[in-house]
Parts: sequence; structure tokens; C-alpha cells
Amino acid sequence: MTTNSYGLDPVLAIDFDQEVEKITQQMRHILSRDLHRRGFVIAMSGGIDSSVCAALAVKALGVKKVFGLLMPEQDSSANSENLGALLAEHLGIEYTVDNIAPTLDAIGCYQWRDDAIRQVFPEYTDEWKNKIVIAGGLDGQINHYKIVVENPDGERFEEVLPLKAYLTVVAATNHKQRIRKTLEYFHADRLNYAVIGTPNRLEYDQGFFVKNGDGSADIKPIAHLYKSQVYAMAKHLGLPDPICNSTPTTDTYSLEQGQDEFYFALPYQKMDIAVWCLNNGKSEAELAEKIGCTPEQAKFVYHDIVSKRRTTDYLHKKAVLIEDVDLSI
Amino acid sequence: MTNVATNNEQLLRDFILENYLFTDDQSKLNNADSFLDTGILDSMGILELIYFLDEELSIKVEPNEMIPTNLDSINNLLAFIEKKQA
Repeated sequence: MTTNSYGLDPVLAIDFDQEVEKITQQMRHILSRDLHRRGFVIAMSGGIDSSVCAALAVKALGVKKVFGLLMPEQDSSANSENLGALLAEHLGIEYTVDNIAPTLDAIGCYQWRDDAIRQVFPEYTDEWKNKIVIAGGLDGQINHYKIVVENPDGERFEEVLPLKAYLTVVAATNHKQRIRKTLEYFHADRLNYAVIGTPNRLEYDQGFFVKNGDGSADIKPIAHLYKSQVYAMAKHLGLPDPICNSTPTTDTYSLEQGQDEFYFALPYQKMDIAVWCLNNGKSEAELAEKIGCTPEQAKFVYHDIVSKRRTTDYLHKKAVLIEDVDLSI
Repeated sequence: MTNVATNNEQLLRDFILENYLFTDDQSKLNNADSFLDTGILDSMGILELIYFLDEELSIKVEPNEMIPTNLDSINNLLAFIEKKQA
């Protein structure tokens, strides 16, 4: 190993110079040979994944062939927009800010969501804040979901969400990722560019994306990198400190919500190790020792990872055909 | 098996066959089949099943009861229902 390992667990350590070279070379090749487009469009949330992808795109093609998009809405944090702008300025790329709140409002995103929340909390109004949290997986239970709301006085309440209300809240909030993707493809079509998808390996593996929303893209340059590696890559690429030190959030619900409480069973550092251990045939006892839990909890973690792969398998699928159709050129 | 248990068994089997396997062919489902291992249901399917238990049999499944031992096959479900209704 010739480069700094940025505090990574040894099993995740990689040569970052080599990795950057490999990814950027592939990005050029894929753009030229597979996608036949002239540049990249990237939505920048201010988070670590889109920031690293944007920086890699600039390394691959230069600043003039990368177009950035910042798309805040009423529940996203102002800090996200600031970080996105900070990165765009840092990279020197052209970008635009497009607030999607009016579009989301027009298609009923907030209304549908709030009506579903009122099935559980009838007094809920748009002055309250909300988030969904996951429960169960780490205790060996079937994953289920709770809604947490906060009234204007700062009092919090939590309830298990009935299935139909949960599905409606998620369906409504999925509008956010899908409207963003619509705008990304508008700019991609306008410029004859390709759209970058920004999942890291944890998100890709565990299906933490919206089908035809953030899951839709022409290229996914960091889908093979664990989240810890993406943080290390950000440092390696010299991205601004506020981005390198940011905490992963969903930035989708009005209450602050970590990705681990919404979806993943553990904080990303431990999830990375757990997925790596599962992929490399390590026993429950070995995982337990590595992440500091009991073998029984390690068993539940493995079970949860496999269960999420199974549940989200359909998100990865293209439309399934009845029989193969020959498209040879 | 009592009449109630037999009725529950048929109710559950019909629910699974109709909503997850899209068939009325009773041979497609064995009572011992694990829903999760055979891929008949995923965790969202189990949540739908929990909703069904509440709606049709007035059985409230508490979070600590949401475990495969209670919900992962027709046999497991029948044992769980019997325990809840005891």
C-alpha cells in the first residue's frame, strides 16, 4: 500500500491513487463507448457520495463537461444546499439551483404524506416535523417502521406505522427523488450528457434507493466502494472539510434523520464491515469480534443484510420481458 | 384439529395462495414451507400478513412478536394464532 489508508479498517484499505485512475479511465470509456454522450450531469446533495462522484467526473473529463444540479425542497436542510454550492465552487463547474418544492406541492407530495401521518396523529399539521425510523432487524425481528413527529413546541411522539400509512408516506416522499431525476434527465437531454448515479456499495447492495428516482442513472461510478472508502476518497481528493466531515442523512424528512435509523441496522462504519464479512465468508463470531457485538446480534445483522437484499431485489430489475428480444446491431 | 383451527388454516392458505402466488392450486403451498426461505414473501410481505391478521382475525402482533418463528410458515402462523387466542 503506497497511499494513506485514512483510518480505514485494514480489510477496506485500498490504493486511492490507483482507484481514482481506474474509475476515471472507466468513466471516460463508458461515456464514449457505451453511452455515447459528451459529458456528465450530477445532482449534488452536499453529501459525501455525490460530492465524490462530482469530483471524479471532473477528474475524468475536466470542468467544462460536468454540469451540477442543486435541488432543494422544503424539507431538505439549508446546509445541504450550502455544501452543494461549496462543492460546485470548489470544483469550478457550471451549476444551477432549482427548488423543487413547488413541483412537489403541485403533485400532492406533501398533502399525501401529511394525510397518511394524520391516520396516526390526527392533530398533525404542516407546522409539525416528521421522520420514519426502522426497528426490529437488530433484535431478530421482521423490520417494521415507526413514525416520529414533533409539534411546534418541540414535543416528540412516536408510533408504529400501520402498513398502508407507511407505504403512502414512502410513496409520497419518493416523489422527491423522482422529480429530481426528471430534472437531471432534462439537463442531460439538453446537453447530450449522461446522468451519474451516486450510490455507494452499501446503498447499492442493500437497495437503499428509489426505483426510477435516485436509483436511475446511466453510470454509477462508486457503487463498488464501501461508504468508509468513499469518505476516505473524499479526503484523498482534497474535498472541503465540511463535506468530508458530514454525517450521512437522508435529507428527505423534516426531522433530522440518520441513514442508520431510517434504513441500515448499524452506523455505516460497522455496516461496511458487516457486508464485507458476509461477502468474504466470515463467521458470525468473527463479525461479532470485529464490530463489538454478541454472536447472536451478528447473526441478526447477517440475516438483516440478506433480508434487505431479498426485499429490494426488484428495485435493481429492469422491466422483465416474457421472452428475450434480439437487439443485436 | 378444531373447526376454528381448520378455518384459520384455510383462511391463511387462501390468503397466501391468492395474494402471493396468484393461484388457487392448493398443491403450490406446503404448510411447513418457510415464506422467507422459499421467496414466497419478503419482509414487506410479512408486514402485509400482519395487517391481514389484524383485519381478518383481530390479532394484534406486537413488535416483539414479529419474528420468523411466529410468522414464517402456515404451521408457525397457526401455532402463533392458537397461542394468541388462548
